[in-house]
Amino acid sequence: MENNTLFDKIWDSHVVKKVAGGPNVLYIDRHYIHEVTSPVAFGNLEGRGLKVLRPEKTIATMDHNIPTENQHLPIQDLLSRNQVETLEENCKAHGIKLFDLNHDNLGIVHVIGPELGLTQPGMTVVCGDSHTSTHGALGSVAFGIGTSEVEMVFGTQCIMQSKPKKMRISINGNLNKAVTSKDIILYIISKISSSGGTGYFIEFAGNTIRNLSMEARMSLCNMSIECGARGGLIAPDQLTFEYLKGKDYSPSGEDWKKKIMEWTLLKSDPGASFDMEYSYEAADIFPMITYGTNPGMGMDITGRIPHNNADESFKKALDYMGFEAGEKLIGKPVDFVFVGSCTNGRIEDFRMFANLVKGRKKADNITAWIVPGSKSVEKEIRKEGIVEILENSGFALRQPGCSACLAMNDDKVPAGNYAVSTSNRNFEGRQGPGARTLLASPLVAAAAAVTGVITNPVELLE
Amino acid sequence: MSFKKFKEFTSTVVPLATENIDTDQIIPARFLKAVERKGFGEKLFHDWRYDEKGNKIASFELNDQRYSGKILLAGKNFGCGSSREHAAWALYDYGFRAIISSYFADIFTNNAFNNGLLPIQVSEDELAVLMKQVADEPDSMIEVNLAHQKIIITEKKIKYSFEINAYKKECLIKGYDDFSYLQSMLTDIEKYEQSRNTAF
Repeated sequence: MENNTLFDKIWDSHVVKKVAGGPNVLYIDRHYIHEVTSPVAFGNLEGRGLKVLRPEKTIATMDHNIPTENQHLPIQDLLSRNQVETLEENCKAHGIKLFDLNHDNLGIVHVIGPELGLTQPGMTVVCGDSHTSTHGALGSVAFGIGTSEVEMVFGTQCIMQSKPKKMRISINGNLNKAVTSKDIILYIISKISSSGGTGYFIEFAGNTIRNLSMEARMSLCNMSIECGARGGLIAPDQLTFEYLKGKDYSPSGEDWKKKIMEWTLLKSDPGASFDMEYSYEAADIFPMITYGTNPGMGMDITGRIPHNNADESFKKALDYMGFEAGEKLIGKPVDFVFVGSCTNGRIEDFRMFANLVKGRKKADNITAWIVPGSKSVEKEIRKEGIVEILENSGFALRQPGCSACLAMNDDKVPAGNYAVSTSNRNFEGRQGPGARTLLASPLVAAAAAVTGVITNPVELLE
Repeated sequence: MSFKKFKEFTSTVVPLATENIDTDQIIPARFLKAVERKGFGEKLFHDWRYDEKGNKIASFELNDQRYSGKILLAGKNFGCGSSREHAAWALYDYGFRAIISSYFADIFTNNAFNNGLLPIQVSEDELAVLMKQVADEPDSMIEVNLAHQKIIITEKKIKYSFEINAYKKECLIKGYDDFSYLQSMLTDIEKYEQSRNTAF
């Protein structure tokens, strides 16, 4: 196996069978489920008269629908409540571990998986959610699936998948001031477009990536789906092992030592070949913001919206956003700021945000939703005194969930309003019908939150 | 569940030239709260189809009297974004049986196949020809022939080939689903589990 990529090594070792002229039967090590994409899968499985084959390999949480206030009270939205209760019933009937609203491990599926040590290097990981790509940060092959495939994992612990092609994206050099991994991924997508990764699985490499924290790597891998790739992964290293050590579901004792030896082998061979390679310099990346309705429509925050007159879809996107080609975004007023989601809902994101807003006040025109990705993150925010910094600056901390990322609960941005959001999608209506989303890092969100307008965070940092 | 066998058909077309149509447009997240698969067709493209009062937006192609049929002709990179299978359910429930585009998102492609909905990938030039043809003559009929992997407009002498892997093709034609295939593999799956040493 001298010329294999990291992706080949993990994928190939999970192929139960290659179907002639067709996809692979791929074995799944870890399956996460949530309330939205699982009920029909459970229903169909039961319709076949079957039970979940390996319930211990599936973990459930509730995140998409849940309110981010008063979680101790019954959910007011009856449809949401029904979906959450259906998940409870299904998990009980099939013996699946569920982190419900009362559980200390509750949180967004892609936040709790890594933080509990449930996702480990070398695993195949799937979930009925496209941002499953997040888990690639730990050196696993992780990707989103549809509900039919959720049912297949329930019934057989396998899915049928064609093996994606392989892409490597290398970033080298030192990052500029106020540049985070969110800016790196928005930069990459702005270069290769929102479909540039379709058909591929990405390995992120280079010393800039190597120097990112585990949480920063998660934000990066999280958005690999936004360039169309099935997923993105990073070879596990010492930082990965340190991150996993001692977590609730991480191996321990002799088992840990054995695993470390295995995990150390998880890297692309020197002669490994990729179907596509890109390489960028960290020095060229500055704080980013999106101006359109797909994540590929991003630019340096100090830049001007490009002209693309021939493209009807481009014009349609600018019309929706209320922007014009050639104009700058700096100084434009904002109505909402959202910090959270599976992209930027981890403790480092709230530390970054707090560091910038400390000693400043929330601008009067801003409604801010500060939403931790999990109860564990919420606890840490309180423990570190971040909540006092937030409150002194006029921000309130909410309870964990997907929240305004996709506005399935009450956290909706009103039509026509602008939101600087640390989430992952700026699609039309994503944060509420008619809402206008500008994707950015927690630092850019913080700068907008205290100034009330789009602001380069570099100017506010010491 | 297994689905109806995919038969060749000829139909008029609904064109939707917008590129990068994401699954949030195909079906907005707020309609994903059901626990059963039914009625999603009514919500298909909801926020493009209806205004905030629930009135049909006349300029949107699905509301345009000139267009109808079982084929959706869509701009590049159709179905990107969320993995929600509700998007495929909504398209199928509305009555579409094939989507033609120059590019499909990966997860959407799998979801479509798993619901008997055929994604047909053509080149960008071919897509442009088809878009123009349907715009010029909204009554144009396209024949979708899965067995021969062709889409055909006979009177215009248009005949484009498309790729599909042999397994997926057979599944569609025979109405088989992946689940049944995987179930037939259970012995192999258990053998794999037992034989597995975790060395990579």
